[in-house]
Amino acid sequence: MEATLMTTNSTDFTKNWSPTALSFPKKLIEQATEFIETTHFPTTRDEHWKYTRLAKLSKQQFLQSKVAATAEFDSISNSNNRLVFVNGLFNAGLSNLTQSNGLTLTALSENSAVLNQTNVDVIDLFSAMNICFAKDGIHVHVAKNQTIETPIEIVFVQTGEQTAAVIHNQITIDEGAKASVILNFQSKNAKNTFTNVISNVSVGKNAHFTLYKMQTENETATFIGTENVTQERDSYFHIHTSTLNGLLVRNNLNIKVIGENADTHLNGMYLGHGSMHVDNHTVVDHTVANCESNELYKGVMADKSTGVFNGKVFVRKDAQKINAFQSNGNVLLSDDATINSKPELEIYADDVKCSHGSTTGQLDEEAVFYLRARGISEKAARQLMVSAFIGDVINKIDNTEVSDYLTSKLETMFGWDF
Amino acid sequence: MIKINNLHANIEGKEILKGLTLEVKPGEIHAIMGPNGAGKSTLASILAGREEYEVTEGSVDFDGLDLLEMDTEDRARAGLFLAFQYPVEIPGVSNINFLRTAMNEIREHKGMDPISAKEFMAMVKEKSALVELDPKLASRSVNEGFSGGEKKRNEIFQMAMLEPKLAILDETDSGLDIDALRIVANGVNTLKSDKNATIVITHYKRLLDYIIPDFVHVLYDGRIVKSGTKELAIELEEKGYDWIKAELV
Repeated sequence: MEATLMTTNSTDFTKNWSPTALSFPKKLIEQATEFIETTHFPTTRDEHWKYTRLAKLSKQQFLQSKVAATAEFDSISNSNNRLVFVNGLFNAGLSNLTQSNGLTLTALSENSAVLNQTNVDVIDLFSAMNICFAKDGIHVHVAKNQTIETPIEIVFVQTGEQTAAVIHNQITIDEGAKASVILNFQSKNAKNTFTNVISNVSVGKNAHFTLYKMQTENETATFIGTENVTQERDSYFHIHTSTLNGLLVRNNLNIKVIGENADTHLNGMYLGHGSMHVDNHTVVDHTVANCESNELYKGVMADKSTGVFNGKVFVRKDAQKINAFQSNGNVLLSDDATINSKPELEIYADDVKCSHGSTTGQLDEEAVFYLRARGISEKAARQLMVSAFIGDVINKIDNTEVSDYLTSKLETMFGWDF
Repeated sequence: MIKINNLHANIEGKEILKGLTLEVKPGEIHAIMGPNGAGKSTLASILAGREEYEVTEGSVDFDGLDLLEMDTEDRARAGLFLAFQYPVEIPGVSNINFLRTAMNEIREHKGMDPISAKEFMAMVKEKSALVELDPKLASRSVNEGFSGGEKKRNEIFQMAMLEPKLAILDETDSGLDIDALRIVANGVNTLKSDKNATIVITHYKRLLDYIIPDFVHVLYDGRIVKSGTKELAIELEEKGYDWIKAELV
């Protein structure tokens, strides 16, 4: 057992934390507890963490808040439906809730009986931690055939030092319903924070759901977030994941398509800078026939940043007539930046159309010269090129409040103009 | 306008220009002709500021400025324009936005206010008509999916928008059919004034039937070996470049 000498006991990491206040099934909690007690922190020898080092993280300890603090925050939308969580705890005073027909929007702690039906699994250490220690999260339920026009925005703000936010969200969109949710992760006056979030999303028959995930927690933040999505037949699901900042960010996206004629869109952008590490792991699992998925992830990596894209598409046996397209593009702006891109297709059906592509390169210097030869400064030329590259993904965003927020962030953070 | 004096330049250790001297005055059109490999495109590249060339000797005075000491963008702002032999496709960057950015950088350099959106659009309409460029192309990504002829017309469209003092057309006629050639030439002729100047670099006389040069120079083996008026182009067409080579021996 040489390996154990080099790894960290997971129980040390969570020893200051108190058990979850949410009503997960008892058996699930037992299973998760056992997992933590018997599993060490993942190392780069684990296939899933090959390019993401957790050694530094594993040696730290973070504290969970007992009461919801107050904090400043930025909101993306003008939504009347806005919930605010500070360090993972619901702050009712900062939240703004309007009753809409067919919409249940509460802190999960107020309604955690819904977790009796949860299909969340202990799949790794972080999901186990989440089940054992989640303090709160959102519960969104849109009833059958209801359309919620205004986007629902959930702000998760980290504030203070060495804080841990362990968040569990349950989002259920019933048959024929339509809604969109913004998960807005950010930090204010924060240092060395840790966020562990799982969002469990169920998109019902013929339902239409869009999820925007925005990560702008600061350059000292560690963020590990997972969305588990199931899609029933004739449904539409679109997720847009934007990672603009952080020390270590891991986005796990697991989409399981269980009904025919479903339409899936997963898009993401990540902007590495400083010594940031950003890792996107996506899985689209086509278990049934006649579905389509489109995936576009783009990254711009500057300075000494490192990145990972791992996109897996499964097409199961008998899942015929699947169209699955995946594309990952990266631009490296510095010689010290790196990206590991690994597209994977596993196809067990024979009548499918699948493609994947991955490109990594520098900016086209010939194009930079061309722009300069027209009088544009070198800096502006490079920004123009980068904006154009990433603009492709931004254009996939239907919600103009989200895209405006994103572009204004890009302008203030990087000086990129669109 | 521009005085190139005894210019020597290398690329990857190979000497391409071997003492090139040329002066262009305002209001003039100069044609530079020469066989492949003579250094025509190298000259255009060096004047535009490509960094892969090393100038080992000589000087270039552009309206009193030491051109070789300037960055590419500063040369453009000072009024130098290169129409590329191979215009670059830039996906995602809109032709219009990029041109407006460029124009405003040039105006800022001249101490002028940014152009208003209305004025700019009126100018786009007028100048794109000049080169018969579909206004739809003007708003697309730079050169993306443009035909060869459209790319060259887009170069002249940009030239018309930016109103340079000195335009260098690098093999602008290559790959153009006779209609496109006429359109491009018409654009250049319309833009001609007694304040600006043009250097037309070409392999063939064909373009010079439409853009009438005041002077024709033959560039051979890194130097200008013969200069004359437009009749020289006719002579070259008749006798071929071998005639020059033979004369030099």
